[in-house]
Amino acid sequence: MSCRCGLIPEEGKMGNATVHIDEKTIEKGSSLGRDAWFRLRKNRFAMFSLWFFIGIVALCFILPFFPGIADPNNTHPDLKSLGPFTSADSMEGNRIFYLLGSDHLGRDIFARMLYGGRISLMVGFLATSVSLGIGVIYGALSGFVGGRIDSFLMRIVDILYALPFMIIVIILTTMFGNKLWLLFVCIGAVEWLTMARIVRGLVLSLKNQDFIEAVRSLGLSQWRIIYRHLIPNTLGPVIVYTTLTVPAVMRLEAILSFLGLGVQPPDASWGSLIKEGADRMASDPSLLIFPALIFGLTLFSLNFLGDGLRDALDPQSSRD
Amino acid sequence: MDSIRYILSRIGQSLFALFCIVTITFFIARLTPGGPFLDDKAFPDYIMKQLNAQYGFDKPLPVQYVYYMGRLIQGDMGPSTGNKGFTVNDVIAQSWPVSFILGISGLIIALAIGIPVGVFAAARQNTFIDYSLMGLAMIGICLPTFVIAPLLDEIFAVRLGWFDAAMWEDSSAWILGAVTLGLYYSAYIARLTRGSMLDVLHQDFIRTARSKGISFLKVLFKHAFRGGITPVVAYMGPALAGLIGGSFVVETVFGLPGLGQHFIKAATNRDYWLINGTVIVFASLILAMNFLVDVVQVWLDPRRRKNG
Repeated sequence: MSCRCGLIPEEGKMGNATVHIDEKTIEKGSSLGRDAWFRLRKNRFAMFSLWFFIGIVALCFILPFFPGIADPNNTHPDLKSLGPFTSADSMEGNRIFYLLGSDHLGRDIFARMLYGGRISLMVGFLATSVSLGIGVIYGALSGFVGGRIDSFLMRIVDILYALPFMIIVIILTTMFGNKLWLLFVCIGAVEWLTMARIVRGLVLSLKNQDFIEAVRSLGLSQWRIIYRHLIPNTLGPVIVYTTLTVPAVMRLEAILSFLGLGVQPPDASWGSLIKEGADRMASDPSLLIFPALIFGLTLFSLNFLGDGLRDALDPQSSRD
Repeated sequence: MDSIRYILSRIGQSLFALFCIVTITFFIARLTPGGPFLDDKAFPDYIMKQLNAQYGFDKPLPVQYVYYMGRLIQGDMGPSTGNKGFTVNDVIAQSWPVSFILGISGLIIALAIGIPVGVFAAARQNTFIDYSLMGLAMIGICLPTFVIAPLLDEIFAVRLGWFDAAMWEDSSAWILGAVTLGLYYSAYIARLTRGSMLDVLHQDFIRTARSKGISFLKVLFKHAFRGGITPVVAYMGPALAGLIGGSFVVETVFGLPGLGQHFIKAATNRDYWLINGTVIVFASLILAMNFLVDVVQVWLDPRRRKNG
């Protein structure tokens, strides 16, 4: 168990002369990910947001499979617009407990919120992965190839930036019909621009660094350099921006559903639930308040998490 | 001379971008299934043929495209199939002032609230005021327009009766709409301003200025402000694009007869020329904004002047 020279022990251990450095401590390098995780764990807001978000996801995806959660599309014409925490007997004689009350058709608001959350979150995740895929590949290629092709590809991005996103999504969704998977693709297809710009900028600055020169001189293929060495090094900002894309995408979906162009009834998403609530706000405010609250809180947690991740992954950016 | 060349080349680029956008929308709209006359009642075949011939939809697509572009250059955006008897020019002329006033006043409100809040929070960094202002801004970002809009409508128009809900003519309902639009972006701008002001305030020249004994306020506004709002200026382009999206919601909630309403209807009814027309208006607005932003940025930041 002798100290291996040449390896420098971690900084914190230096001051303590009596510390016995065994091999395990030495070999445990401090990777970027581990460092970032430590910094993130110290950020209470971000951690709370992370757990809150995980909780929401778990709630929306797991809870509906439990017995006792009502079918979100089950209507009870006789049990309309009940308040929260009421239970009532339906026409069939079943006793139904409404945790958050019922809507104008006697549907369970809580069940509908879980169900709607599932669609909203799914749109959030899937559309983000579409935009992530397009953006990272496009940006990495553009930055790596460089020269004329790069400026041509970026000019395309500039032009697309001037296109009002909403308009394109609306055209696509109305033209191709209101299929759910199309919503993912459409939103993803318009949300990749910033990602492409970020990745391109990073790749552009990375590719002239020595280690890329080194792997190139080792004879690695272009493609391998891109996906083994360039893309992993862009991960930090990409993760941060991805976290911030999810709420942006969910907002977009909600706006579309609010306008009646996204999720079609009887399916629901948080956006369409908010729309239903907004229409009946005067008579039954809880229809608006609960979906808006959970939607807002989810976006809130994601934005906080994104901020926290930015501080954790890129310590230089937060000078304060 | 350089600046004139720069401006001219930017105008050229914008026009080219507009051309591309028009072309893309034309083909996206025309290549998708469905047609303007398929909607509710099925017409007999011969009427369909006549209708299609009347609007020129029977010709091959490239021919239609050339026709359309030819007319467009002369300023004619074609007939609107969804609004019988109206040309697209009529529809747009009627409704664009609504969208324009809504968008511009929303942008002004966003800037008027966002920048001072951001500067103030940056000046009082890491204090209670900073945290509460930024917390508020975060709430503003997370509560989307379509939640705020019905709430404001309910409170100010229905309950308090300060505004006439769902009326554009002779009423001030658009103020509510503009406030709704502005609030969201003011939150965003406040965060942006705070971040970039902090970036600038931590730079050496600020410390130098302070150490020479210049008061904090003067440093804040004379030295830091100009650099600090550059990202905000750069954000104006995307903000306007977003405002247009938001204005769809606001127009729906407050029943304002703006372009957004027509656009959504046009998209569902396959009113091809109206779709193209609205896209042209929106895209030119955004392009004009981007152009302005670029010019202002060069003016704000002398370092950008060299490479144009």
